[in-house]
Amino acid sequence: MSGLVLDRLEVRAKDTLIVAMDAVVKPGEVLTIMGPSGSGKSTALAAIIGTLGPDFSVSGRLVLDGCDVTALPTRARGIGLLFQDDVLFPHLSVGGNLAFALPATLRGRQVRRAAIEAALAKAGLAGFADRDPGTLSGGERARVALMRTLLAEPKALLLDEPFSRLDAGLRDHVRAFVLDLIRAERIPAILVTHQPDDARAAGGRIIDPLGRQVPVGA
Amino acid sequence: MTTGGALRFAPRLTLLLMAVPVIAGLAGTLRPAFEAGGVARLLDWPGLPRAAALSLGTGIASALLALAITLSLVAALQGGRLFALILRLLSPLLAVPHAAAALGLAFLLAPSGWIARLLSPWATGWTRPPDLLILNDPAGLALTAGLVVKEVPFLLLILIAALPQADATRRLTLMASLGYGRVAGWMLSVLPAVWPQIRPAVYAVLAYSMTAVDMALVLGPTLPPTLSAQLVIWMTSPDLADRPVAAAGALLQLGLVLAALALFRCGELGFARLGRRLALTGRRRIRADLWLGPLAGGAGLLVVLVMAGSMAGLALWSLAGPWVFPNALPERFGLDAWERAAPGLGMAAQETLLLAIVSTALATALVLSCLEAEARFGLTPGSRVMWLLWLPLIMPQVAFLPGLADLGLRIGVDGSIGAVAAAHLVFVLPYVFLSLAAPWRAWDPRIAVAGTALGATPGRIFWRLRLPMLLRPILTAAAVGFAVSVGQYLPTLLIGGGRVTTLTTEAVALSSGGNRRIIGTYAMLQLSLPLLAFALALALPAALFRNRIGMRAGA
Repeated sequence: MSGLVLDRLEVRAKDTLIVAMDAVVKPGEVLTIMGPSGSGKSTALAAIIGTLGPDFSVSGRLVLDGCDVTALPTRARGIGLLFQDDVLFPHLSVGGNLAFALPATLRGRQVRRAAIEAALAKAGLAGFADRDPGTLSGGERARVALMRTLLAEPKALLLDEPFSRLDAGLRDHVRAFVLDLIRAERIPAILVTHQPDDARAAGGRIIDPLGRQVPVGA
Repeated sequence: MTTGGALRFAPRLTLLLMAVPVIAGLAGTLRPAFEAGGVARLLDWPGLPRAAALSLGTGIASALLALAITLSLVAALQGGRLFALILRLLSPLLAVPHAAAALGLAFLLAPSGWIARLLSPWATGWTRPPDLLILNDPAGLALTAGLVVKEVPFLLLILIAALPQADATRRLTLMASLGYGRVAGWMLSVLPAVWPQIRPAVYAVLAYSMTAVDMALVLGPTLPPTLSAQLVIWMTSPDLADRPVAAAGALLQLGLVLAALALFRCGELGFARLGRRLALTGRRRIRADLWLGPLAGGAGLLVVLVMAGSMAGLALWSLAGPWVFPNALPERFGLDAWERAAPGLGMAAQETLLLAIVSTALATALVLSCLEAEARFGLTPGSRVMWLLWLPLIMPQVAFLPGLADLGLRIGVDGSIGAVAAAHLVFVLPYVFLSLAAPWRAWDPRIAVAGTALGATPGRIFWRLRLPMLLRPILTAAAVGFAVSVGQYLPTLLIGGGRVTTLTTEAVALSSGGNRRIIGTYAMLQLSLPLLAFALALALPAALFRNRIGMRAGA
């Protein structure tokens, strides 16, 4: 079965239940986890990506395209991550950032270069490969970050408030770009946010870290 | 995980490499103290009370003075333009080896030195060098001055590095908003927070100042010299009967250092209590800023001036042709001294470079392994482990190096360049670790998460992301290590058994001969090697990342 399944995924710190989620995210769908700060959003995120500290205990399963990935380290899970900030590598060019993500199985300078150029063109950034990420605008950086995440060929995506640092005008534009691409590439995605309009735009189920349905007005 | 197998043991291996030589050396030095009447002969030496008093006096006085100058500079002036100027001028002086600093100061202070020449005959009336004991004065004032100017840059940089963790800026703003004077506000609110972080460095300065050998041989009194200097004379004496006396003396020196540290600790507690009492009085002490600011600035500038004058003097003498007293400058300049010294300089420079490169490369690799192990397995060193790292810097060198040399003799590696490099490593590694740990830990952890979410292995994250992004602090730490190795006197002398000759051992050995031109060439070369290393550490990352805005300093 393709898609991302949170199979009674629960996280406890000592005996306190912080995260309890049971959900199926189909390809191209976006599940939104919403809640105020301190509600366990970042714990839920760390549990899904696999970066929880030793003080937490996890039960339940995380199943991706039919494989149980609960025990796998972050790099083997196949879950791409988009941060609140773009976290581009400052010492590499735009192309270098994308090449870092491109699987090593894609061999040959020409082939890799072509894949990078294609990804940049898709993001409306054709010809940006040799640019210094430090010279890009906020919107451009956000799009490079998304393309970098997608080039690693993730089987699912986790979006950690990726739009909250963008100013209002840019925000709708980048959000539409990201969500459209997720639907077009048919990737199951989880969006972590505290902004109701992000949740509405995502168009999927909206729950809090304890699995309860969150109502957001239309 | 298979990749981390060896890495997991890096911290333990590193600590062993630090602690074992110190402990084994200490045992090896102190054992002969009780043989062959070493203690009795030491007590019979008429110079003993004075030598011991000199060690305590010059050590404690210079450490306290350096600490007072450093603290008042930061308390009164940090954030201002004068402070920025002093800091910019003092930072490169950290790279100046102790021996070169001592020789430069000697050139400045001697009766026939530069200061006397600049003032004569118009101010002093001297047409010949006066018969005054300004240098090597019996009270050790020249030695104290040398130690102060050398330790102020070190303490200042350690203190500056500790300030961000103490949340200094916000605390100062808060104190100012409560109406406190700058100095009072700093002393009451920032000092208690930074003190635990700089304490090991202060202890190291105190222990070092009490036991420095190279500076004492150049600047210190002679009859008797400081205890440590006399110990080295006994240790390197051809008469083997002097060895037990040296061992007994090393035991005494260790006792003196521990006693001084204990005394200092008591002083610390008393000072802290006084601070708490003063805080309760609520007095704002605004007027303290008026006199302490100019005083601290003056002292800082004086340190800069003395060091700059010393370096200029070294350069001048190495290039001097005929230069009769009391002329302020030589009649001619030339490369005669350099040409005459060239063969010896070349050999010594070669060994110096080899030792520095090997010990620095090993130290940097070990420190990177430790820090990477910390990042991957969460093996964060506790405060007790950090004290172990400071052990080689706080333990007096004369107390453990002779035993280590003895051990080397027994296993047949004495006098080899490898053994000397290993001894250098013991002193280089702590400095490399202390320089690199903070920037390493300050690296944005989300970069690693981003890398691993893109499928990168820990190895790939280390080599492709963390290492290049931290290239500048890594190279700076390596340059610090390089400078430390170049400056090593006692380890080279004792472990090398006289068969390993570096610029430092040569410069100190030549200092008693009095050929200032030749000494000048050795000291100049000795101090240019570390400066070159620092220049390279700045230039290389700047060139590599010239097109990366996010990699600029402060970005």
